[in-house]
Amino acid sequence: MDKIIVGLKRVVDYNVRIRVKSDGSGVDTDGVKMSINPFDEIALEEALRIRERGDASEVVVVSIGTSDAQQQLRTGLAMGADRAVLLESAEAIDPLSAAQAMLKLIEEEQPGLVILGKQAIDNDNNQTGQMVAGLWGRPQATFASEIQLADGKATVTREVDAGLETIEVDLPAVITVDLRLNEPRYVKLPDIMKAKKKPLDTRAFSDLGINTDDAFTVTQYAPPEQRSKGVMVDDAASLVAALKEKGLIQ
Amino acid sequence: MTQTLIIAEHDGTTLNPATAKCVACASDLPDTTITVVVIGSDIADVAASAATLEGVSKVLSIDSAANDKPLAAVFAPQVASVAGDYDYVFGPSTTFGKDLMPRVAALLGVNQISDIMAVTGAREFQRPIYAGNAITTVSVKPDYKIVATVRAASYKAVGEQAAVAVEAITSDAALPDHTRFVSVQSGATDRPDLQTAAKVVSGGRALGSEEAFSIIYGLADKLTAAVGASRAAVDAGYVPNELQVGQTGKIIAPELYMAFGISGAIQHLTGIKDAGTIVAINKDEDAPIFEIADIGLVGDLFTVIPEIEAAL
Ligand SMILES: Cc1cc2nc3c(=O)[nH]c(=O)nc-3n(C[C@H](O)[C@H](O)[C@H](O)COP(=O)(O)OP(=O)(O)OC[C@H]3O[C@@H](n4cnc5c(N)ncnc54)[C@H](O)[C@@H]3O)c2cc1C
Ligand SMILES: Nc1ncnc2c1ncn2[C@@H]1O[C@H](COP(=O)(O)O)[C@@H](O)[C@H]1O
Repeated sequence: MDKIIVGLKRVVDYNVRIRVKSDGSGVDTDGVKMSINPFDEIALEEALRIRERGDASEVVVVSIGTSDAQQQLRTGLAMGADRAVLLESAEAIDPLSAAQAMLKLIEEEQPGLVILGKQAIDNDNNQTGQMVAGLWGRPQATFASEIQLADGKATVTREVDAGLETIEVDLPAVITVDLRLNEPRYVKLPDIMKAKKKPLDTRAFSDLGINTDDAFTVTQYAPPEQRSKGVMVDDAASLVAALKEKGLIQ
Repeated sequence: MTQTLIIAEHDGTTLNPATAKCVACASDLPDTTITVVVIGSDIADVAASAATLEGVSKVLSIDSAANDKPLAAVFAPQVASVAGDYDYVFGPSTTFGKDLMPRVAALLGVNQISDIMAVTGAREFQRPIYAGNAITTVSVKPDYKIVATVRAASYKAVGEQAAVAVEAITSDAALPDHTRFVSVQSGATDRPDLQTAAKVVSGGRALGSEEAFSIIYGLADKLTAAVGASRAAVDAGYVPNELQVGQTGKIIAPELYMAFGISGAIQHLTGIKDAGTIVAINKDEDAPIFEIADIGLVGDLFTVIPEIEAAL
């Protein structure tokens, strides 16, 4: 296989406790730590391993977002990606338009595999990969926890509600990854230096000729209902008594 | 009057309870007629049970050998081919629905609303973002087909009604052969199902090994509860992945949730927010899980569990 495309979305780091602004107009992201979406790091790690064992020749990372997303692309290059593409937009891009943009890139680059995260942990949409596959008319293997490549096919184990499902798909295909697929490598300092010399191509999203979708308007952001702290009991007997009193156990 | 189409989830023999929860969600829409479509192979029984879900007006059945396994690439064009007449197309936010529905949305040229937790108007919905740390109200512009997944834990299954008609239909959509089912491996047990159980006993990293985790199974069996786990316990191989509770596992709403040796990371808590009563047993009195537990007990789970069993 020639090429693998990996999506890297810049999101609020998963360790940050997000807060809704008091006027309900959004969530407070001022000055908070931003990172590569954790699922996307796993997607990139998998692509790198595939390239390292000789099953692909190039790994291209792509991000759709503001110019700040260059940071995440540089991190991706430092992890080992060969080249990066930023489709720059000051506005947030809806998933369907993001999928259409990925499809444009796919048509240009002709990858054998597109690996994305199963979901971005900001909007928790879990839809972009399936949309790319649908628009492209190619297979999708979502929520992957194991990927094997042979003879122009991928055999993918998927984490589903029932357990582990295995499907076989013809390449090219879209795979979205789950957390147990691999453990991403740490970036070393010399790699960060080297990454500065790798190509990062920035293009205006607006030049792609995609009409972004304005169908959804978020009219309000609210904090979730908080569960309040309950009571502490001293021992197992009091616990069982409390549960019996609530009628939860006989 | 608007038209709503719900994609049924089933395993070939029984309807998944998430379908009845999608019907509950659709029933909150003002003035809509609800149709359920069952796609599969040899699905007369499943279609018949969909026909008895309260509030459903009609069931469509697309029964074909090609639909034997729920492959999104195979189902999506069929759903898209029947979705034309509907204002709303809903599926469950189970792994089945999450896999299928965005592909359907893409084929229909629309975005999807993921994880509806409340209907607040004919074209207005609430959904969680940031692992449930914020709830957004999303309003959809007129004349835009609403494709959505329904967060099952936010809804109670609808009741039953006298069966309505089942109409067999065929889809003329071209079906791809680039995606093939190989196998499914599940630790199917006689225990209650994690997603629908009234009681769940869950264990975390503290269990330390697969063997030690049997203490959780033992208590679960005494309480006729389902077994759940934290991601750390699954990652460490103590239990299979289908038992994971949380943002990237199962979102559940049992009446009773008992967490043993689970610290209470936000991604775990996302999965149990709708539980009736949360009980936490942890040896660290500062564990974050105590902040949201209805009943907490500081102690070593390996001594507490036998004591609980003795007190039952
Ligand atoms: C993108 C993302 C998604 C995630 N999704 C999920 C998810 O879906 N579900 C999930 O659970 N996690 C998820 N996580 C992981 C989550 O952040 C935590 O790492 C995980 O929940 C920790 O599991 P734990 O509580 O079992 O382990 P720990 O945090 O290690 O806690 C173990 C607890 O056991 C207590 N303990 C130790 N020994 C005993 C004893 N003998 N008796 C009593 N108590 C004892 C300790 O005091 C401690 O509180 C996700 C993380 C990320 C980044
Ligand atoms: N703006 C973006 N830039 C790069 N990749 C993206 C972007 N949006 C979504 N993706 C990819 O699609 C996956 C699923 O995102 P989502 O559908 O938004 O949950 C992410 O894990 C990324 O791999």
